[in-house]
Amino acid sequence: MSSDDMSEAQVAGTTLVSDAPVRWERVCLLSDLFPERGAAALFGDVQVALFRLPDASTAPGQGADGAQVYAVQNLDPFSGAHVMSRGIVGTRGGVPTVAAPVYKQVFSLITGECLVAADKTPKGDLPPNLTTYPVEIRDGVVHVGLP
Amino acid sequence: MVNSGDSQHLVVIGGGMVAQRLVEALRARDDAGRYRVTVFAEEPRAPYDRVGLTRWFDEGPEGIALGDPALWADPLVTLHTDRKIESIDREAKTVTDRLGHVHLYDELVLATGSNAAMPPIPGNDLPGVFVYRTIDDVAALRGWVEEKRRSYPEGKPVRGAVIGGGLLGLEAAGALTALDAQATVIEFGTHLMGVQVDLGGGQALKRLINGKGIGVRAETATSQMKPHRRTGHVGRLDFADGGRLDVDVVVVATGVRPRDELARAAGLPVGERGGAVVDLSCRTEDPHIWAVGEVACIEGRCIGLVAPGNTMAEVVVDRLLGGLAEFPGADTATKLKLSGVDVASFGDAHARTEDAVEVVWADPVAGVYKKLVLSDDARTLLGGVFVGDAGPYASLRPMLGAELPGDDPSAFLLPEGGGGAPGLELPDDANVCSCNSVSAGTIRGAVTEHNCTDVPGVKACTRAGTTCGACLPLVKKLVDTELERAGIEVSTALCEHFEMSRAQLFDAVRVADLHSFSDIVARFGQPDSRGCDICKPVVASILASLGNGHILSGEQSTLQDTNDHMLANLQKDGTYSVVPRMPGGEVTPEGLITVGQVAKDFGLYTKITGGQRIDMFGARVEQLPDIWRRLVDAGFESGHAYGKSLRTVKSCVGSTWCRYGVQDSVGMAVELELRYRGLRSPHKLKMGVSGCARECAEARGKDVGVIATDKGWNIYVGGNGGQTPRHAKLLAEDLTSEELLRTIDRFLMYYVRTADRLQRTAPWIEEVDGGLEGVREVIMEDSLGICADLDAAMARHVENYEDEWKAVLEDPEKLRRFSSFVNAPKDADPSLAYVEERGQRRPATEQERASGVVIAGPKLEVRA
Repeated sequence: MSSDDMSEAQVAGTTLVSDAPVRWERVCLLSDLFPERGAAALFGDVQVALFRLPDASTAPGQGADGAQVYAVQNLDPFSGAHVMSRGIVGTRGGVPTVAAPVYKQVFSLITGECLVAADKTPKGDLPPNLTTYPVEIRDGVVHVGLP
Repeated sequence: MVNSGDSQHLVVIGGGMVAQRLVEALRARDDAGRYRVTVFAEEPRAPYDRVGLTRWFDEGPEGIALGDPALWADPLVTLHTDRKIESIDREAKTVTDRLGHVHLYDELVLATGSNAAMPPIPGNDLPGVFVYRTIDDVAALRGWVEEKRRSYPEGKPVRGAVIGGGLLGLEAAGALTALDAQATVIEFGTHLMGVQVDLGGGQALKRLINGKGIGVRAETATSQMKPHRRTGHVGRLDFADGGRLDVDVVVVATGVRPRDELARAAGLPVGERGGAVVDLSCRTEDPHIWAVGEVACIEGRCIGLVAPGNTMAEVVVDRLLGGLAEFPGADTATKLKLSGVDVASFGDAHARTEDAVEVVWADPVAGVYKKLVLSDDARTLLGGVFVGDAGPYASLRPMLGAELPGDDPSAFLLPEGGGGAPGLELPDDANVCSCNSVSAGTIRGAVTEHNCTDVPGVKACTRAGTTCGACLPLVKKLVDTELERAGIEVSTALCEHFEMSRAQLFDAVRVADLHSFSDIVARFGQPDSRGCDICKPVVASILASLGNGHILSGEQSTLQDTNDHMLANLQKDGTYSVVPRMPGGEVTPEGLITVGQVAKDFGLYTKITGGQRIDMFGARVEQLPDIWRRLVDAGFESGHAYGKSLRTVKSCVGSTWCRYGVQDSVGMAVELELRYRGLRSPHKLKMGVSGCARECAEARGKDVGVIATDKGWNIYVGGNGGQTPRHAKLLAEDLTSEELLRTIDRFLMYYVRTADRLQRTAPWIEEVDGGLEGVREVIMEDSLGICADLDAAMARHVENYEDEWKAVLEDPEKLRRFSSFVNAPKDADPSLAYVEERGQRRPATEQERASGVVIAGPKLEVRA
């Protein structure tokens, strides 16, 4: 992937608080991520779930290189466990999603919004929606922006 | 007892099915609590389904449980069992029970039912002569037959006779057969079920009954029962025509007598042939005394069927609450509930209506006889008889008294698929469920007004089909039609990406010979779909069932739920549990030591599972390969505890050690577990094998239960624990080991192919066309011609099995999935916290985390 591609702002997170300073962290090679599955990443005590999907704008099978990486909090608000990276990815009405592996809530990977609560309420005071993080792929290296 | 507050005291004498219905109806309608109700039952138990008495043999007390037990916990309801009422004082408005206690009533209902009639045949009091009416009767009969069998040399049959060839007599004969006794039915009249069925039907019925191994002697009067010379037990029947029959047990089922002695003693009028006389409101001469069910003499006769009794109960409740309901006349439709024998009749079965026309369709070879009785213009349906194929019964019975559509009524009698029968549009007032008096209109209303969208919903809403279930096919048809009409699409779509149901998709994938999710979704999914958390695991299961290599190979790995992806069971804190297979619950001492050592080294919490193996909890993703390397090296393999697949085959210790075992249950369990291990299915599958009838393996709580007999194996299917516990039902008896394997092969494969997503075997069987009988026909009689295919599919599964964990350990690319963090693959999740309890560790609760009593974070390992 060239740096020109990168400049086409492959920034998935859109709910990031607008002007908050972003600390970009190197995570791994894009090739370290399994296609259409998640992986967790650890930054101190912060856990981030990364998901590598085919480019949302292209049909499956096309644009094999158009990988899109999304990042959300790894903490599952409905179980309190750090497991979001182990959910199944998919789409709901065209929106890329991940399903919590414990109680199967479905979240938008773009906004972090909980789309299907599956008759559950979050644990403790946790908000039902996931925090999202911006992702950039620079020269085949995945970077995530932390607040 | 004094009345409390404003409520009236309703006393019900009798604890049968109709009494239950009366209390149910009252509690459902009497919102204001105007009545307290006290039920006095003579039997030492709550009301049960007397109609299903024969089921007691197969299913025990729970098989004939009636209604919701919560009814008896209602504060306004009191049930006294084993408390016969001895007398009624109409002046004082009291009843006196057998203990001498006196109870005041405001309103009194007689629901005392009937006694089995005992004809005055000499010898009818000999030991070994039984009637067939209560659980106690049935239990005594079983005890007697078993005792006789024990006293005989092996192989000598117990010989039984049933006097009376009516509905009850045939059920009793079925009960004897179920007890492995020979049975001969002695009928005084010209043919079996003479009340309900005409001569032609009776002859067809005789052939069917003979086919079940039951003998029939019609036009035979029993003149005496003679004792056995040595034992003094009943030993022989002598017939008026000079014939005789040696017997060990006799069941008398010649009819019933209403229990009207209380009514007589209280001076209430009784009918010519007994029964407390009531008017159409079910009230006796005394304005505060009512009678319902078999003891009520209504329109000049007593009716020995439950449906009219239930109707009377509803009438009385309506009256008690100020309504004006009247008994609408008896629906005397009947259906014999004897396995493998289809008999049903309704209306004027004998064509006694003047100028009635009969349309008959008979196939003596197949043992089928069907008849419609029509008005003289051959249009209005007056009655019907069905023997050997009661298929049309459910849809025709509610048309009683209505005009049949179309020009040719015989079209309704042609075999299914013969075509030509016009669609029946039932009038709203047609009674669909006669047990619970539910009309077609009520069922339609459940869909249109109460928003029910499926049969279970309609059952719960209307109670249709909740008693005998004979009307369920019709209920389903009505519901489907109504949904269609309301424009509610009955969607069987998996999710937004696939319009097909799981079963349809399974067939499509199999026939189209597809092997990847991309191909499947491109061919059968919505355009440009990428799937979701619902359809992906379904497709993963289908691909695995069809044999597409390792579940983590290539694109398949993207479809797996985390349990299948990590080949372990996710727990609440995000760690996993590990279960090595211990086939049949058998494990060597070395194996136990290995499991113990592994658990100790990795700090895992250990617990014995319900499936007779050991579960190790608290394993982190990055530990799983190390744990499994140790286990695989010691000869263990994946237990598939994480999969929608075969879990375990539980067994008792069987004939190898047990004093009572008659077959090697452990050996069979091991063979079954090794045969079906790894088989992916719509839901988890559990099996059990018991070495004798004591059933220590609790096999009937499993999807497939096997119970040893001295001749082989009985197989039961459709049992499960969980939220809706079910006992498995008998599928076949006395199979050889080879037959058993073949039967289970086909049962499992048929289930795997046709069940819905996450549908367990019990509801699946209910949904198969024809229910359990339908399943039997498909897998034992090959009625669909697919058995060879099912056999081949299972043979492929057995041949291609590999241990999933071993394969992972041998493949670095698969092993790479087991890292905790992509930027720190061996680091433990820092959020984990544990406390110790009873010598082991468990996840800390929120409070424990907050208060700092946590004894160990994730990194504390005792590993050497």
